[in-house]
Amino acid sequence: MRNAFAATVVSQCNKDDYFFLTGDLGFMALEEVQAAFGSRFINAGVAEQNMIGVAAGLAREGFKVFAYSIAPFCYARPFEQIRNDVCLANLPVCLVGNGGGYAYGHMGPTHHALEDCAAMNALGVRVLVPAFGEDIPAMLAELTSPTYLRLGYDARPKNTIAPHYAPWRQVLSGEQGAIAALGPLAGVAWQALLDQPASKRPAVWAVTEFSGDEIPEAFWSQVMGERLFVTEEHIAAGGLGMHVALAMAHLGIRVSSFTHRYAIGYPTGRFGSQAFHRAQCGLDADGVHAMVFGG
Amino acid sequence: MHHESNCGHLGGNFSCIDALMTLHHLIMKPADRFILSKGHAAGALYVTLWSLGKLKDSDLETFSKDNTLLPGHPSGDGIPGLLFPTGSLGHGPSLAAGLAVAAKHTNSDRQIYCLCSDGEWQEGSCWEALAFSVHHQLNNLTIIVDQNGLQGFGKTEEIISCSDLTSRISSFGAHVQRIDGHNCSEIKKSLENKSSKKPNLLILDTIKGKGLHFEGRMESHYLPLSEEQYRTACSKINGDKDS
Repeated sequence: MRNAFAATVVSQCNKDDYFFLTGDLGFMALEEVQAAFGSRFINAGVAEQNMIGVAAGLAREGFKVFAYSIAPFCYARPFEQIRNDVCLANLPVCLVGNGGGYAYGHMGPTHHALEDCAAMNALGVRVLVPAFGEDIPAMLAELTSPTYLRLGYDARPKNTIAPHYAPWRQVLSGEQGAIAALGPLAGVAWQALLDQPASKRPAVWAVTEFSGDEIPEAFWSQVMGERLFVTEEHIAAGGLGMHVALAMAHLGIRVSSFTHRYAIGYPTGRFGSQAFHRAQCGLDADGVHAMVFGG
Repeated sequence: MHHESNCGHLGGNFSCIDALMTLHHLIMKPADRFILSKGHAAGALYVTLWSLGKLKDSDLETFSKDNTLLPGHPSGDGIPGLLFPTGSLGHGPSLAAGLAVAAKHTNSDRQIYCLCSDGEWQEGSCWEALAFSVHHQLNNLTIIVDQNGLQGFGKTEEIISCSDLTSRISSFGAHVQRIDGHNCSEIKKSLENKSSKKPNLLILDTIKGKGLHFEGRMESHYLPLSEEQYRTACSKINGDKDS
């Protein structure tokens, strides 16, 4: 997805009022951004706290700024700079965390980002989790406030077309309730249920903006009195599932069952690929199938 | 002001107010930028802004009280000349570097100033910002260090020594000057003596609580003044003025 991101930055954001900072990451992905942006592209080195402070300084002078790194280095290391320098001043800085969730699998737990969305959401940052590469242009159409863009791997089934972008959108029809899947997991659920008849499967919804504020009426009407599933490659605390549950409580919506699959960390103390960790959490295609149909 | 609001941090305000006044009255132009990285010296900055006519008596009367725009560390909101909320140490140099990059990018001759404490250089982020600023030749940036030698819980040299701060910063490639931080003419001269290629670091040898009866003592860092201490301090300041 980072290639789609880089292409979007070049095509949409290569303007005089944009800067792009990287914490020394982006090899074989950001070269075109570097070439296009020229002096507005700064490799700030392995110094993320300074990178965010510099981004805030630039934004305070009217620039819109991308600050890019591997997800945990982008949101966790400079957390206080994000809170004080970017958020308290409400500046248009887009933190770009590549490899959300377990995406950097074999690199180990220091490179995973399992609580990033909750942490950024708690600061009032607009959190964007694209499900598909095609989502990114719409997401970056305007940058006016602190934003966190969590990039992962597009898992859309082959020969399918993603519906037009919306923060919540149905990507697969179904008549047995609905799955709300965060970001790329929408593609996983879509693939897992694609061959099932609509009459026997839940609908799959791709959720790409991380809050409960955007939930459309059409989603609620599908789950009212029916089964509701939430999947997210993120911890439960402060996650999408909690947002959905809170919204349900506020609205007084009742479902027949609520099933939540989320990142449970490292239950066996062993580490592996993103697929390995997803399987441990029941977030892969087999896990989705089992969640819906049992077994 | 501090006494009325029962607010401490007087020592670090009095150690830097000579520099703040000199900088704002004799050096800075309207387009220039200033960041108070040592946000606990907010009182000194508010008084400096008041002396420039940017704050009123009635503003200062609300200092560190309920419903104020002037909390004990600057909020960065609603006060002319304040760009960022500061108070957690180690943020200012990076923010200032960002402002300096922006000025250079737009070919502005705007100058960027940032005031730090000496204990603040125990924060790794300061060194990140310094390395960045040297690498990008941010000669429009001046970082002032109020080296009063005392921090929250003891002497800086006994906690994590910064006694060789001048040589450490020089070794990064910055243009460093070290002067008496209570000599306004020296401060002015040094602020005017800028490098054409390097970021400028001005290290001020200062006395915490300068001018007060407890100058150079630990209690000047946190403690608010009792009524008796307040009267003693006023007498000393007035006495110094008369003598």
